[in-house]
Amino acid sequence: MTHKPLLATITATALIGAGPAMAADCPIQVGVLHSLSGSMAISETTLRDVVLMLVEQQNEKGGLLGCELEAVVVDPASDWPLFAELTRQLLTVNEVDVIFGAWTSVSRKALLPVLEELNGLMFYPVQYEGQESSRNVFYTGAAPNQQAIPALDYFLEELGVESFALLGTDYVYPRTTNAILEAYLLEQGIAPEDIFVNYTPFGHSDWSTIVSDVVALGAGGKQVGVISTINGDANIGFYTELAAQGVSADDIPVVAFSVGEEELSGLDTSRLVGHLAAWNYFMSADTPGNEEFIAAWHEFIGETNRVTNDPMEAHYIGFNMWVNAVEQAGTTDVDAVREAMWGQEFPNLTGGMAVMNANHHLSKPVLIGEIRADGQFDIISQTEEVPGEAWSPFLSDSATLTSDWQQLECGMFDTATETCVQLTSNY
Amino acid sequence: MAPVADAQTEAATLQDVLQEVSEIVANPSRAQVPRLLERLSAAELPGTAEFLRAFSEREVVQAADGRFFLSRENADQTLTLIDPDSGEEHGTVGTREVSQIRPNAGVRREINASLVQFELMDPDPARRRAALASAARSPDADQIPAIAAALKAEDNADIRARMERLLDLLNARFATDTAIRVDAIEGLRGDISTEARRVLNQLLQTRADFAQTLPEDANIALIRQPGEDISLIAAYAVLADADLVPPRPGRNAIRDALRANVVDGMVGGIPVHQLDTDERRLAAYRALEDNGTLAPLVTEADMQAAVDQYVFFDAYLEPDQGVTDAAREALDSTRTLIGLFQFASLTLDALSLASIFFLAAIGLAITFGVMRVINMAHGEFIMMGAYTGYVIQTLIPDYTLSLVVALPTAFVVTFAAGVMMERLVIRHLYTRPLETLLATFGISIALQQLAKNIFGTQARPLTAPDWLAGSVAFNDLVSISTLRVGIFFMALAFLLMLLFILNRTRLGLEVRAVTQNPGMAASMGINPGRINMLTFGLGSGIAGVAGVAIGMYAQVTSEMGANYIVQSFMTVVVGGVGSVFGTLAGAGLIGSLQKGIEWFNPTNTLAAQTYMVLFIILFIQFRPKGIIALKGRAAGD
Amino acid sequence: MVLTTTDTTARPPRKSLLRENPSVLWFMGLLGLFTLIVSLLSEATGIGVISTSLVKILGMTLCLCLVALAMDVVWGYCGILSLGHFAFFGLGGYAIGMSLMYARTEIVVRDNLARGTIPPTETEVLDAVAAQIFGVVGSSELPLIWSFANSLPLQLAMVVLVPGLLALVFGWLAFRSRVTGVYLSILTQAMTLALSLYLFQNDTGLRGNNGLSGLQNIPGFLDVPQSVISMWFFWASALALGLGYLACAWVVSGKFGAVIQAIRDNEARVRFLGYNVEGYKLFVFTLTAVISGIAGALYYPQAGIINPAEVAPIASIYLAVWVAIGGRGRLYGAVIGAAAVSLLSSWLTGGGAPNIDLGFYRIVWTDWWLVLLGLGFVAVTLFFPKGIGGLFDYLVRKQS
Repeated sequence: MTHKPLLATITATALIGAGPAMAADCPIQVGVLHSLSGSMAISETTLRDVVLMLVEQQNEKGGLLGCELEAVVVDPASDWPLFAELTRQLLTVNEVDVIFGAWTSVSRKALLPVLEELNGLMFYPVQYEGQESSRNVFYTGAAPNQQAIPALDYFLEELGVESFALLGTDYVYPRTTNAILEAYLLEQGIAPEDIFVNYTPFGHSDWSTIVSDVVALGAGGKQVGVISTINGDANIGFYTELAAQGVSADDIPVVAFSVGEEELSGLDTSRLVGHLAAWNYFMSADTPGNEEFIAAWHEFIGETNRVTNDPMEAHYIGFNMWVNAVEQAGTTDVDAVREAMWGQEFPNLTGGMAVMNANHHLSKPVLIGEIRADGQFDIISQTEEVPGEAWSPFLSDSATLTSDWQQLECGMFDTATETCVQLTSNY
Repeated sequence: MAPVADAQTEAATLQDVLQEVSEIVANPSRAQVPRLLERLSAAELPGTAEFLRAFSEREVVQAADGRFFLSRENADQTLTLIDPDSGEEHGTVGTREVSQIRPNAGVRREINASLVQFELMDPDPARRRAALASAARSPDADQIPAIAAALKAEDNADIRARMERLLDLLNARFATDTAIRVDAIEGLRGDISTEARRVLNQLLQTRADFAQTLPEDANIALIRQPGEDISLIAAYAVLADADLVPPRPGRNAIRDALRANVVDGMVGGIPVHQLDTDERRLAAYRALEDNGTLAPLVTEADMQAAVDQYVFFDAYLEPDQGVTDAAREALDSTRTLIGLFQFASLTLDALSLASIFFLAAIGLAITFGVMRVINMAHGEFIMMGAYTGYVIQTLIPDYTLSLVVALPTAFVVTFAAGVMMERLVIRHLYTRPLETLLATFGISIALQQLAKNIFGTQARPLTAPDWLAGSVAFNDLVSISTLRVGIFFMALAFLLMLLFILNRTRLGLEVRAVTQNPGMAASMGINPGRINMLTFGLGSGIAGVAGVAIGMYAQVTSEMGANYIVQSFMTVVVGGVGSVFGTLAGAGLIGSLQKGIEWFNPTNTLAAQTYMVLFIILFIQFRPKGIIALKGRAAGD
Repeated sequence: MVLTTTDTTARPPRKSLLRENPSVLWFMGLLGLFTLIVSLLSEATGIGVISTSLVKILGMTLCLCLVALAMDVVWGYCGILSLGHFAFFGLGGYAIGMSLMYARTEIVVRDNLARGTIPPTETEVLDAVAAQIFGVVGSSELPLIWSFANSLPLQLAMVVLVPGLLALVFGWLAFRSRVTGVYLSILTQAMTLALSLYLFQNDTGLRGNNGLSGLQNIPGFLDVPQSVISMWFFWASALALGLGYLACAWVVSGKFGAVIQAIRDNEARVRFLGYNVEGYKLFVFTLTAVISGIAGALYYPQAGIINPAEVAPIASIYLAVWVAIGGRGRLYGAVIGAAAVSLLSSWLTGGGAPNIDLGFYRIVWTDWWLVLLGLGFVAVTLFFPKGIGGLFDYLVRKQS
């Protein structure tokens, strides 16, 4: 019993002190599992704030099922085993009804076994490499076919790129994404020698040689384009070097999958104008819904120069879908909510409707934006809603796999042998 | 061309032309936009160039009624519409009342290429230069006469030279006469510029093909011998792709065939549950082959026989052999030179990396190298300097001025921090060097977290002034960013300064005396406490100044120091503790080693770092005192 | 410590062990009591006051105590400040992780392939396992280093052999060339840096940054609830810690213990006395590496995932700090230090501690814990060089 306080958790203090509990399960607990310290805090702290804002908004609207929502915030500190440990704590000690959390793939893979063992429910808001569809996770970020493949199509069709440099940080997202992209490019008739791949460590800063190598590809006689899956801080050095070597977007366009408004806020973008990023959301989207969201965000955070970005929209959509699904199911029970989630619709901030599919991925529009001098993006292409694919058809290992929790009740179904490969995920 | 003729008779205004192809204008794509450009050029209406310019600059909007206008953005987020024909204002609207058309970079390239003809004669030289740049980006046979005409009227020598060069490049590719082309190609001999080699490589593009006999009319680049230049399997796959031979069975072909032929739990007389080895599966397959159920497996001999009937070759896309021969020769002539320049470029990169390592480690060369204090918080002094730079940059908006202020301020701030640390902590631990390591590590994590609490976890921008943001290019192959040159000279300045202080000043003499024998030094009237304090402050201060430079080159985060600390210690140890030259040698060795390994394996930078650390470990085993080992009394222990 | 000349081999070692380390009995008793209490309060074997996640934390803490013990022997007793012992800890974890991961995947794969019309060949199973494990990092070949992963006994041997061999080779090279003191610390730090960089690469066949995950699911016991499995590992960790304590106590006592402590105090003098200093150091270095490897092999199945960040240089520095805070040169000091700091740390960063509102400023522990910890190290090194263990000396002296 002396250990009990060990596991008590901080709660968002603003939310405590609400009126007396109304139903047996009140208040409804919302777990927030984002790193507030360590290397990923840079990205994840914002998402914690977004969830807190959404919880506050929902409470102002009268809560959920007559209950107040209460956010349970923990700090996994960018330490991957801690993600697993805290997931167990959230689900068994705090008994949260839903978790919003994780950023890196490795943190997701670390907590998956716990989540599946304890039948929890999680919303994962970040663009990722796919090849996964867990029973207990709803993926509100982009799968490769909702970000990377459309961007590649844009390079091939609109920019006429014939020679590709795939630059990435050495971890699973770039590795898998690049494997999918290479397979896709070969299928599109690009020769293997026209694909240059390079991996650098996290936080890499010595970009001079690599950028020179890319520039040198131009001598091959083909239009060169760079697909960047470079993560986090390393981008600052990369773009600084691009600017220093005078690589203009007209000569060698760079499209990035991990660079958004947040990352650019640490940069002087005047020399990067015209380089690209592919996302499902840009802050510059000119819609009433987005304007409202940005205003609410600025009010919540108390700073008007803070930017919004794609994972924030993912949480916004995910949270609202969950609220609607709970209302529809009339309970926060995970299995009932899961079933109510399938087919759930909610308007995107960029216009159109996001739909949650039976493979636990969203249908969302794909946007391609060009960097502007003010650190925002000019949206130059916006597709219709694209349904997210859990398994890439371009990789031979997953070509015959599909996921359908509604009909097939399986996240890894082999259509060739008509069998469910496994019910739990690969981790 | 019939529709174009129609358009000419009907379209009286630009708006009419645009409306005819309104779909393309509203949603421009690279594949479609040439049709719009064709129409516009056929219509020859006034205002076309202005419209295209605005289109390319993303200043064209479509009003709710479908009409197109040029627009000008006002301060209050509204747009003033301008009629494309008359150029008159047409009212003001909110941004959401019209749809703003944003042609992508591919479309803009097409538009700009079509604008070349208008802009080449523009009185503004900047526009003419821009036009030449777009012509270079989308080369086209039509540009030859346009540029040739503009060349006659051009009076700016620079632009003339550029035009002549562009003409050469265009002629090499597009001229109709072989002699002119070969002549132009000859002009590119020995030219190592990227654009020249790009043109030559374009001329030499090949496609792989095969035929029963070598075609007479093809311009053959290479004949591939199966088994030598192309593997038997690959060659066979090419034939199979063309449906000339049955495909080679894949890894799962036998299994799939057997799976399809299970009869009463048996395949070819073998029970299904026994088919868990390749031998039995093959036996089952042979059995089915014998009774005619399955087609025989393709053997290696079959493949060889099929492949032998064909000849595999690469043919140039360019049919003219004279041109390809000339291009090949021109390209070959640059090979050695390019290798040489690439080596030079690599050397420059290595030098630059070494100077960064040196800069990061030089403070340590004093505190660790001279004083033998293990300061794990050294990286945090670098960070402190960088944050000082950031704070000053937020106070002084001018980048140059703020840099000038930041460098001394960073020194003062970290000097003070260093002195404080020495007085409060380190001075009590001089007799326990290993414990200094722990205490300073504690300070390091405390400082890191403090920085996070104060500045947040976001990386903070520390922007280099414009004069440091470009690069120094010797040619297209050898260039280095100005910032790195700056860092190099900064490292050099520090080296000289340190050498001067340590070897030529009273302070240096006292420092050396105190580190060699504090007791003796004290009895000679030197105050060891004061000297230690100053020395440590100096090392810390230098780390702070280095932090400003490193922050500009990479990023300012609370963890930036931690990225350099292990590396810096290794630099000092490899070089040889106690000698500034040692640190220089260490940085040089590590920098060039890393670049060298990267060169061998350019796709994996991480591997290069791993092997470099391994090398260092081995190096220290065999030369524990480092490259420059101190001898005699100075060596201390 | 003083070289005790009265110590002769005639004395039975066991008696000498307990005489020299009166703490052994105390420690064993307390550890047993602690294990009993936790067992009685746990969900699986008791009244359920202690949650499964806390059992896991306590079990992992025991493993950290074990590696801290090893660190204390090598540093506190032998004077080698190794900043690389967490590398051995991680290697042990990787070794066991490969086996667990392979076996778990093989079960899934065989289940799935068995559903086909034709039974799979061994090659097919191997390929499918590789595709399952490495599909995540965009590859599908089983690397050579996984050759033993399909055999639990061999892989268990790896838990001991890999860290042991690495320590032996590294130590032999380093001690042979007389790298000592600070230089040795930096060299060991370089070793762990190289290892973590090596593991970070996706090409090296250990799944790069993703590491090995899902290790808490023990193949063959997939139906056993985690509350029970966590108890098994808790008991195993307690047992390992107990045995490790005995082993370490044995090593640091008797003549051998006297020699290594003498090496710590004055290496040159011991060498002049004719002892093979390098041999002694190498033995201690390798033995502690092996203990660390075993600790890691018990730790990571409880943590559930191992990845290269675990062997980053900073982890080993923390290890040294635990020992320093607990008080080095005394075995129980290392245990106290590791347990206190790691539990306090997980309490404060896990959001367990209440924030303190000062009115003008709110102290959030997640923000200030590291600052406090850092300054704590400084205070300990400056004012309490004997660490928490020094308190016991003080108490003992007061009593007598």
